[in-house]
Amino acid sequence: MNEFLLISGMAAATMATRIPLLVLLSRRKLPEGISRALKYVAPAVLAAIILPIVLLPDGKLNVQINNASLLASLVAVVVSWRTRNLLLTILLGMAALLVWRALLPF
Amino acid sequence: MQSAARRAEFLAGARDTFPLLVGAFPFGIIFGALGVTSGLTPWAAAAMSAFVFAGSAQFIAVGLVAAGTPTLIIVLTTFVVNTRHLLYGATIAPHLSKLPARWLLPLGFWLTDESFVVVAKGFESRTVPENKRWYLLGSEVAMYSNWQVVTWVGIIAGQAIPNPRSWGLDFALVVTFIGMLIPMIKGRPTLAAVLVAGAAALLGNRLPHQTGLLIAALLGIAAGVTVESAWPEKTSQQKGRE
Repeated sequence: MNEFLLISGMAAATMATRIPLLVLLSRRKLPEGISRALKYVAPAVLAAIILPIVLLPDGKLNVQINNASLLASLVAVVVSWRTRNLLLTILLGMAALLVWRALLPF
Repeated sequence: MQSAARRAEFLAGARDTFPLLVGAFPFGIIFGALGVTSGLTPWAAAAMSAFVFAGSAQFIAVGLVAAGTPTLIIVLTTFVVNTRHLLYGATIAPHLSKLPARWLLPLGFWLTDESFVVVAKGFESRTVPENKRWYLLGSEVAMYSNWQVVTWVGIIAGQAIPNPRSWGLDFALVVTFIGMLIPMIKGRPTLAAVLVAGAAALLGNRLPHQTGLLIAALLGIAAGVTVESAWPEKTSQQKGRE
């Protein structure tokens, strides 16, 4: 494995997704319809990242009591919904995961 | 603009990013630890955080390195996993109109999920373009510095942590993202975007190289727009007229 090639290739691939539209679209006005649609980018991407990790550990649906990630996620959802406090959500979510794992016999 | 005002915006961006730094802490440590146990040299793991700076792509890459995947495939996978950043660039670009390349190139290089979400909210209350660029820069520099430090901690601690993935610390990313997502759900259109994107991601989970993620995001966006047309969310202006 040539590490120099690997890292330059990955760096180029990442920049190719982050820079071009930022530069192109900062020079012209977006059509109204597009900018309306872009409001939903963040929530849609976050939901699409989170749900498979939590509900499909190892690629299979697991909604049972031994799915510590699911329980901890529910705790995080409730904390975030009630408090809107990101730091508290992270800390209590992680605490729930560690406690649940310690309590479960598997 | 006064330099004091610039500094205030830069610091505001960094401050609003603080909880995400905490969330990235365990994630970065695990990356560093996995990097060196997957067969990368410590310098390569550190260089990946310094020059690629894309947490989830880096995680996937070290997994592929450990599996002996050819370099070209790892690079292509990195591109596909990061395609969501195209959407971030498009969303943020109108706020950075007419900036010179010396601003746009670094702001683009440093644009992560975390900084995107922070500024998408922070830009709502900022109308002066100058303020927006300094606010974004503050958020990005905070994320970048933190990521370098925690990567090094992971690299150094890596040899001492047996099987770092089993600790569940990578779950910090999930609770961080939950804490960013829930406050965004303010009405039916966003809720529809979240539900459709989430369901589509579950169904498309088997698609190779996380292409399911991008398709799910696009379907979620379409759902949000559709529901918005059917039940428009009330803007403050409309509320005032009622």
